[in-house]
Amino acid sequence: MELNARIPSGPLEQKWDRHKFALKLVNPANKRKYTVIVVGSGLAGASAAASMGELGYQVRCFCFQDTPRRAHSIAAQGGINAAKNYQNDGDSIYRLFYDTVKGGDFRAREANVYRLAQVSVDIIDHCVAQGVPFAREYGGLLANRSFGGAQVSRTFYARGQTGQQLLLGAYSALERQIAGGTVAMFPRTEMLDLIVTEGRAVGIVTRDLVSGKVESHFADAVVLASGGYGNVFYLSTNAKGSNVTATYRAYKRGAAFANPCYTQIHPTCIPMSGDYQSKLTLMSESLRNDGRVWVPRAAGDKRAPGDIAEAERDYYLERKYPSFGNLCPRDIASRAAKEVCDEGRGVGETGLGVYLDFADSINRVGEDKIRERYGNLFDMYERITGENPYRVPMRIFPAVHYTMGGLWVDYNLMSTIPGLFVHGEANFSDHGANRLGASALMQGLADGYFVIPYTIGNYLAQVKPGSWRADSADAKAACVDATARVDRLLSINGTRTVDSFHRELGKIMWSDCGMARNQTGLAEALQRIPELRAEFWRSVRVLGRGEEFNQSLEKAGRVADFLEFGELMCRDALHREESCGGHFRTEHQTADGEARRDDDQFCYVGAWEYRGDDRAPVLHKEPLVFENVKLATRSYK
Amino acid sequence: MRITLKVWRQSGPHATGRFETYQADQVSPDMSFLEMMDVVNEDLIGKGKEPIAFDHDCREGICGMCSMVINGMPHGPHRATTTCQLHMRSFKDGDRVTVEPFRARAFPVLRDLAVDRSSLDRVMQAGGFIGVATGNAPEANAAPIAKDAVDRAMDAAQCIGCGACVAACPNASAMLFTAAKVSHLGLLPQGQPERYRRVLGMVGQMDIEGFGGCTNFGECQEACPKEIGVWTIARLNGDFLKGSLTARGDKRGGGDAA
Ligand SMILES: Cc1cc2nc3c(=O)[nH]c(=O)nc-3n(C[C@H](O)[C@H](O)[C@H](O)COP(=O)(O)OP(=O)(O)OC[C@H]3O[C@@H](n4cnc5c(N)ncnc54)[C@H](O)[C@@H]3O)c2cc1C
Ligand code: FES
Repeated sequence: MELNARIPSGPLEQKWDRHKFALKLVNPANKRKYTVIVVGSGLAGASAAASMGELGYQVRCFCFQDTPRRAHSIAAQGGINAAKNYQNDGDSIYRLFYDTVKGGDFRAREANVYRLAQVSVDIIDHCVAQGVPFAREYGGLLANRSFGGAQVSRTFYARGQTGQQLLLGAYSALERQIAGGTVAMFPRTEMLDLIVTEGRAVGIVTRDLVSGKVESHFADAVVLASGGYGNVFYLSTNAKGSNVTATYRAYKRGAAFANPCYTQIHPTCIPMSGDYQSKLTLMSESLRNDGRVWVPRAAGDKRAPGDIAEAERDYYLERKYPSFGNLCPRDIASRAAKEVCDEGRGVGETGLGVYLDFADSINRVGEDKIRERYGNLFDMYERITGENPYRVPMRIFPAVHYTMGGLWVDYNLMSTIPGLFVHGEANFSDHGANRLGASALMQGLADGYFVIPYTIGNYLAQVKPGSWRADSADAKAACVDATARVDRLLSINGTRTVDSFHRELGKIMWSDCGMARNQTGLAEALQRIPELRAEFWRSVRVLGRGEEFNQSLEKAGRVADFLEFGELMCRDALHREESCGGHFRTEHQTADGEARRDDDQFCYVGAWEYRGDDRAPVLHKEPLVFENVKLATRSYK
Repeated sequence: MRITLKVWRQSGPHATGRFETYQADQVSPDMSFLEMMDVVNEDLIGKGKEPIAFDHDCREGICGMCSMVINGMPHGPHRATTTCQLHMRSFKDGDRVTVEPFRARAFPVLRDLAVDRSSLDRVMQAGGFIGVATGNAPEANAAPIAKDAVDRAMDAAQCIGCGACVAACPNASAMLFTAAKVSHLGLLPQGQPERYRRVLGMVGQMDIEGFGGCTNFGECQEACPKEIGVWTIARLNGDFLKGSLTARGDKRGGGDAA
């Protein structure tokens, strides 16, 4: 396997423009002869499907929800970054690029990140034209807020529902194409496998989640935009259905999986309340604009927050990181929270929580202003916890939120399988070892609106339309395999529910491959996961039939893949003998507990190649070359 | 807490359904309604019975996937709250709770509590968009938009497309859903060129899908988890009237997108 990133030559600022000119084109009359499959209808998938439809390609788009508008992107709260510099506060494309590379702890590819920063400005223009109701100032111009890891205000938002509004924009563009006949939509349809023939991706195997029918779909190219794999931890801020199946199956068909261990643990989520807990709820990072994080100075202080005097409080982020304060990046804020809880200073019944206090801001700008900024988040907090955050500080704790790892892609967003493109959270490309807030929405839309329309043409121009063979042995085998797997899951009829396995896997992942990792824990996880997987295949109980609406069966297939994928994550985490971004190895830290990178040995993308169920995967390295940014130790002090 | 649940079970779109009764014995007030349902399902699987099918995904009240009519009310008793955000502290020990699917002609039951709401997508296809292809947009700050207009557009744009308004309406009308989109786009300058085409197309498609007409019961507004108001319907009616008077026979908004 060769990892050729295909980074265009020339100065950073000119790479994308030059590359666009060098890319081959498909002439307008020929576009409709090509079919492209898009798996996923989140920001990355819907934007790709809509814009390829606009160009005239025949697009077939798939999602597992009942309508494309419900993709997990809908839940994004805080905002989307763009280097507009509307605030006149020193922002620029270069600064957004720099912040993203630095925020990612110097583990992302410069050229991709620069392009992301370049097209960020076009995204805002396009979304406004679509009717996305971004917040505005009284003068009628667009408003901005600040997000972690940046000292400029460049985040655009629509109350606390930015993802919703952006997705509805992309969804409406998609529906317009569906009406126009260029896009065929397949909701409630799950991709179970990728079809690769003669070394090219030419289709997918799907299961219709209503009828249970397993079938194959063919195309000239396949785009995966199936989102992240945070649910390998069982508890995360992701939607319940988010899964690794599409990307993991592609990995098993030959696509390299890059940096699977890079996971983002978000510092501000509502703490867990009991064993029945089914998911964790994010409280947007934007709250850190106005909220101050603190815990009691003394361990074991169980007094109500209001009874703890100013002098007895530790505003630990402001203390440790005076220049960024409450707005330091997520990985740092999360670890700091873990640290104070480990010291016994955590709050709430479980001791796994810290305060996020709005009292000062409410005094400064008034309760109305705070309500206008975060009303829906405060309401959500109150519904879940039964506490009123206008009166008492919120309690928050870190939770799994985002996965920076994903299928390896080159500059064209094509994986190691020709014809297989990967977008959005499903790829590894832009966020290195830690993603900055408000950058995932930007990336998903950049990929779909402004990158794939160019790069797909370059690929398609080199293949003959409709040149796949539906009756090839590989195509048939993929469909037979998928059906056999469904049958096998249904035939075990053991004693344990799918969820019980998922929870157990989640606990292993959280304790050994979560916020802090070390050799002993990872080695143990690498032993326990295969055992758990074997038990799953011996004793899981999936009731009902395959040819019907069967939610246990859907879950079982996803959990079966998580049970394999978790092992790959731990393997990656074990091999990376350094700390960087969200990957914190306790063996590799500075005296004051900060992450210690090892640029001599680990300044590369680690991409894993599948070699069979009974053989270890092979690691390939894409060296990261920094020609513009100087490798430095991140400091937010 | 102990809760007795009376749940609608229906094995497929063409099967006849019936209520079945289940006991949930160890319900914590901090559980969400869906977490309580998860526990019931785990228990059913343990007993070798097929779990209750219900739609859900985000479990944070934003994707619009969860549905269910709880004690006669879409999304249950709590104002401005989806089923997934409803917590068991809204119920009392010993309560009997009836759970049914959203019922409407345009929402056929797929299984148990899960229904097919694709009719709403088709209403969107008939005009619920601004026809701007990628790459055409002018600079975002070139045209200021009054904050009040955007705030009001946002009030309407918050619709999560869950269909509770349809389930609540005695006529099973999708008027609030449609009006929310018509208002969101109609309040913005970008939405003006297609304003009347849009409303005619979407309302026409609503009829085709078998949604009932709106006779101003206002139940939709009460059921809406995002508190979208019937003011949007008033706007829609105004636009519809104006559009009908000036229409040139083309009632579909979509269809010429490519
Ligand atoms: C609570 C929350 C808040 C967030 N807030 C922000 C924010 O403020 N700013 C920001 O930039 N980022 C934010 N993020 C991150 C961001 O929302 C996501 O990273 C991003 O939306 C992912 O988009 P996507 O299109 O890649 O994938 P998704 O939106 O996850 O979409 C995945 C799609 O793939 C489909 N799919 C998946 N598997 C299959 C399969 N096997 N077969 C068929 N279809 C499949 C799904 O149906 C879905 O349509 C937030 C994330 C969370 C969890
Ligand atoms: S599950 Fe998403 S709104 Fe309820």
